[in-house]
Amino acid sequence: MLGWLSNAALALGAFFFIAGTLGLLRFPDVYSRLHAVTKADTLGLGLVVLGLCLRAPSWRAVVMMLLVWLLVMASSTTACQLLARYQRERDQAEGGDQDARH
Amino acid sequence: MSGASLYLGLGVLLWLLGLHGLLRLRHPLRRIMAINLMGSGTFMVMVALASRSGHNDPVLQALVVTGLVVAVSATAFALRLAVAHQAHRSRQRPTGEHEE
Amino acid sequence: MPATELLLDITLGVLLLILAGAALHGTRLYTGIISFIAFGLLLALVWARLGAPDLALAEAAIGAGLTGVLLLSALGRHADEPAQPGSAVRTLATLLLGVLVLILLLRAVLPLAQGPQPLPALVNSQLEASGVSHPVTAVLLNFRAWDTLLELLVLLLAVLGVRQLQPAGRPRPGVWPLLQAWSRILAPLSVIIGGYLLWRGSHAPGGAFQAGALLAAGVVMLRLAGLLPLLRWENGLLRLLVLVGVALFLTVAAAGAWFGAGWLNYPAHWSGALIVLIEVAATLSIAASLSLLVVGERQELGR
Repeated sequence: MLGWLSNAALALGAFFFIAGTLGLLRFPDVYSRLHAVTKADTLGLGLVVLGLCLRAPSWRAVVMMLLVWLLVMASSTTACQLLARYQRERDQAEGGDQDARH
Repeated sequence: MSGASLYLGLGVLLWLLGLHGLLRLRHPLRRIMAINLMGSGTFMVMVALASRSGHNDPVLQALVVTGLVVAVSATAFALRLAVAHQAHRSRQRPTGEHEE
Repeated sequence: MPATELLLDITLGVLLLILAGAALHGTRLYTGIISFIAFGLLLALVWARLGAPDLALAEAAIGAGLTGVLLLSALGRHADEPAQPGSAVRTLATLLLGVLVLILLLRAVLPLAQGPQPLPALVNSQLEASGVSHPVTAVLLNFRAWDTLLELLVLLLAVLGVRQLQPAGRPRPGVWPLLQAWSRILAPLSVIIGGYLLWRGSHAPGGAFQAGALLAAGVVMLRLAGLLPLLRWENGLLRLLVLVGVALFLTVAAAGAWFGAGWLNYPAHWSGALIVLIEVAATLSIAASLSLLVVGERQELGR
């Protein structure tokens, strides 16, 4: 039973990773790419961690995996925010240039 | 084909790819990356040899740990040299030609 | 089971080759550098697959992290590359020559995999006398301590060389509060994990190099977030930190040569304590040197 649940969670997690990567490759601009990759990958990573926790040999491993998950989630949130902010500043600078030219 | 010989071949391939980049690419950053690729290929051959017969060879692994730190020091120095060279060249060139 | 493992190995290998190709031939230099960073991360995975967790730790911190920061900051000061005219004849000649060299190298390297492997048994038989119980640490700091000493000297030389080239301070981009807040959480974590790796090094994968690299990564992150003042070469404490590893190592070696069994031959009862002492000093030195290499700046002298 646990094994099946774990397999299902792992497969679903892999699916979300693939969906996020597709979004990263196919979406038109930086914001929607960031949206795809952070949303889908966070969920995918959560599912993979869940699947691995279900088949973990001890509680120690479970706690460690959860800690890793928290760390990765917080870092990717920060990185996403930084990238989006950088892009916005660039857009604004370019927009300013165009305004000046017009 | 076992894992060790697979990685031996991969290491040789990476080394060759780095050599190709070093000889054929012009931009200094690409060349520095190419040298690093050659280093990674060499490390991979060494680590694959370390794990060839089941138990790992700590001597080769320790040599590669040392090599990693030496590689990053050399990379830092090379990058700084490249940047200094670039600054020197753009200072020597007359203004206006810089955009070409 | 071996089939799935082989599948994983082949996938990793193909990915590594693709990323290496992208690092050299990616359309933009920025793409190439990002591919190179991803290459380093995957390489750490390969080291773990090959049974070298020490290396995986060091590669993830040094190869992917610090080298990535170095390359990106060099990119910021570099002009973009001019387009290269490609020549079909040259490409063909390169390919031909590459295949020839590949065949030669494979013929030379592949037979090595069948050779005898006497070193692990030798190391294991002497492990009792080394003062630590993790073979890689024993090799690094006892059996082949020469390598480590010279490696610290190379690091020192690189720091001196970079210092000669007068890196000029650049204006940092505006500071973002979220990055600052997250760095404030991550920095103590890097100290804790670095200390743990150092302590663990005597009996399990880990040790001075990994701990030093991790500490350096923490310092670099704090500096990039604008939470640390300028890391100047002229700072006395920083100089002391850079030198303490080499100085202590040389002192121990010279003391051994004068009073004991010989150059870098530790006295038997003291070897464990001496190794830990050298490792602590080396960690501090490596952390300070790597931070200086990556984010060190010289103060502009009012020119």
